[in-house]
Amino acid sequence: MAAPTETTGSPASPARKSRADSRRSERAPSGGWRTIAAKELADHISSWRFIVLLFVIALLSVLPMYFSASDVQAQAVAASGNPLAFLALFTHGSASFGSVPMITLVTLLVPLVGISFGFDGINSERSQGTLSRLLAQPVHRDDVVNGKFAAGIFVIAIMILSLVVLVTAIGILRLGIIPQAEDLARVLVWAIATVLYASFWLAFALLLSTIIRSAATAALVGFGSWLAITMVGGFVLPAIASFLFPIDTTASIGAQFGAATAQNLLLRVSPAQLYTDILQAIMDPRTNAIMISNLGQATSSQQQIPTLLSLDQSVLLVWPQFVALVALTVLLFAIAYVMFLRQEVRA
Amino acid sequence: MTEDRTNPSEPRRGLQRRRPRPTAGLSARPRPAAEPAPARAPHDPDDPEAGFADQTEATVRPWDVEASPSPEDRPKRRRRTVAELLADVPEDSVIVARRLTKQYGDFTAVDRLDLTIRRGEVFGLLGPNGAGKTTTVLMLLGLTEPTRGVVRVLGLDPTREPLAVKRQVGYLPDNVGFYGGLTGRENLRYTARLNGIPRRRADDRIDELLAEVRLGDAADKKAETYSRGMRQRLGIADALVKSPSVLILDEPTIAIDPAGVEELLALLRRLVAEHSLTVLLSSHILGQVQSLCDRVGFFSAGRLVAAGPLDELMGGAEAIVELEVAVAGPAEGIDRVALSVPGVTSVVPDPHLDHIRIVTASHDVAAPLATALADAHLPLTHLRRRGTDLMELYRRYVPEGIDGRPH
Repeated sequence: MAAPTETTGSPASPARKSRADSRRSERAPSGGWRTIAAKELADHISSWRFIVLLFVIALLSVLPMYFSASDVQAQAVAASGNPLAFLALFTHGSASFGSVPMITLVTLLVPLVGISFGFDGINSERSQGTLSRLLAQPVHRDDVVNGKFAAGIFVIAIMILSLVVLVTAIGILRLGIIPQAEDLARVLVWAIATVLYASFWLAFALLLSTIIRSAATAALVGFGSWLAITMVGGFVLPAIASFLFPIDTTASIGAQFGAATAQNLLLRVSPAQLYTDILQAIMDPRTNAIMISNLGQATSSQQQIPTLLSLDQSVLLVWPQFVALVALTVLLFAIAYVMFLRQEVRA
Repeated sequence: MTEDRTNPSEPRRGLQRRRPRPTAGLSARPRPAAEPAPARAPHDPDDPEAGFADQTEATVRPWDVEASPSPEDRPKRRRRTVAELLADVPEDSVIVARRLTKQYGDFTAVDRLDLTIRRGEVFGLLGPNGAGKTTTVLMLLGLTEPTRGVVRVLGLDPTREPLAVKRQVGYLPDNVGFYGGLTGRENLRYTARLNGIPRRRADDRIDELLAEVRLGDAADKKAETYSRGMRQRLGIADALVKSPSVLILDEPTIAIDPAGVEELLALLRRLVAEHSLTVLLSSHILGQVQSLCDRVGFFSAGRLVAAGPLDELMGGAEAIVELEVAVAGPAEGIDRVALSVPGVTSVVPDPHLDHIRIVTASHDVAAPLATALADAHLPLTHLRRRGTDLMELYRRYVPEGIDGRPH
């Protein structure tokens, strides 16, 4: 056994010495969050939760793709060289599969993934009695939240990327379409946006796990919010928007556009709407406008010869949505972080 | 509270017995330890209430830390600086608390705690649930910020340098838990990684510790299959992974069966001796930790009501002896007979048990009393000397009773 560290208890001068010691050791890279993240990641990947979610998501993305592949194949000769051919694997909903494209299913399921890896982050440590033991180790308190968030993002990224690889590989094998660099880049940006959207839900779930002591309650609240935002939000928010900012057809065209813009902005408080905007612009290069806010834009978008936007143009189109999604995620994470730091170790 | 500070160079005892708040029930029970108590506080020799008169003034806040020592012309009542509070701390003290207070809203969980634990000591913090033991422990580890007062662990302020403190202090929390999906060994490895111990050294140390707490065979089973006692032992191994110099154990014997407690205490005794640790342990079961502690402190409603070496706290019982007596026949018979025995000073009925009389004497009168009762044809059915275990001390020092109920 190693001898206990020789320390001195006298508060006067030796304290100063040991304070210098401790400052030196605090400067040394403790990397507490990395240790915690590594452990959480290992836990996630070996968990049933991960295996089941991966299986469900893989199934739900490969199935629509499998059906749309035959549609795409039928037109493949005509569409040869068209970047849409490859993206159609993701975006085309086959009539034989209820016209549901793969990205719609993924959009629906991504929040589930985010919530699943976060809802029991803090409260399970508390109920297991491991939190006080963990915090008695030389790690900063924020290392715990940071580590858990990092591990969550990482595991989601692994999931989404393996999905992209799976779909791409099947597409190549079944269609023989070799995706161009632009196609791959678009799919990659879509994957990043999807990880970002999942991170929003992860941050939300971590916040719930900080506030709500019971993991089961936190999960229920999380999944309830997911349903509310993705399902009801699709109907309720537009209704609220048109109630608050009615478009009066007798008013001037400027006023009508003003009301429409206000409606559009209100809809975009929903992260689901932000993500849908990003999807629309990134996965369909024909999209040349997301929000039309004045007559000039409306006429110019109609007068434009339908062309395909380059990726950077598409990204530029939804850059505000990207920023807003990041901001919402950071906001939720910051609230969870502060709440956790201010909480007592025991209830 | 400035009176006791007039001569700061005078060495203070590590701990003083705090006078319990006067309560009505107190006078009913003779309090033999009061006068010759060796652990008596050196301060307030004349004014017993001095300690309570003006505590609200004697607060130390974190922002007082940098304040220069005040000149003599300052008003007498003022907040004392940290330096003043720590002026009398012995050189080899490992855990120091001065005027340590923690409030949650209106509730005072820990109330002006003074505590000094020296290197190599095993100190038992005793008190009922909710007396403030865990809060104290959390403040020592920097897991909770004190409202007022000063804490030093190994000369460090846990609030300001929590990492430096946590690196050297092993902690077994109340109701320790482990990650159920990981094995015992993996749980310890995680702790070792969090402490930045290199993999190979950690594995050797974990093997050693697991053998020491007799979990060698169960080490590779999932922690969720562990029994309560096994979890507690794994918790002790976990606290020792970082090779600490201080060990803080919060209710180490809670919810373990008597045999398990014996085993755990034997283990702790061995570990403390082997690793020359300074130990602070808390418990609400007095007899269990009695044999382990060099010194004990009694906590009640956030206050340390008494502290000192066990034999000194019991020292008062040497001079005055209390005997519980019961006979076959009317208890009133005892009164007359007992008072005739030389040395007996009083005979009072037990407040709870009608048939028991409490006989107070200046020395042990068990033998003559038994003879006298037999001569009076009052066969003895119960004779027990009080003041020989912690429960009695507890009754003596915590007037409001365990869990706030009267005894």
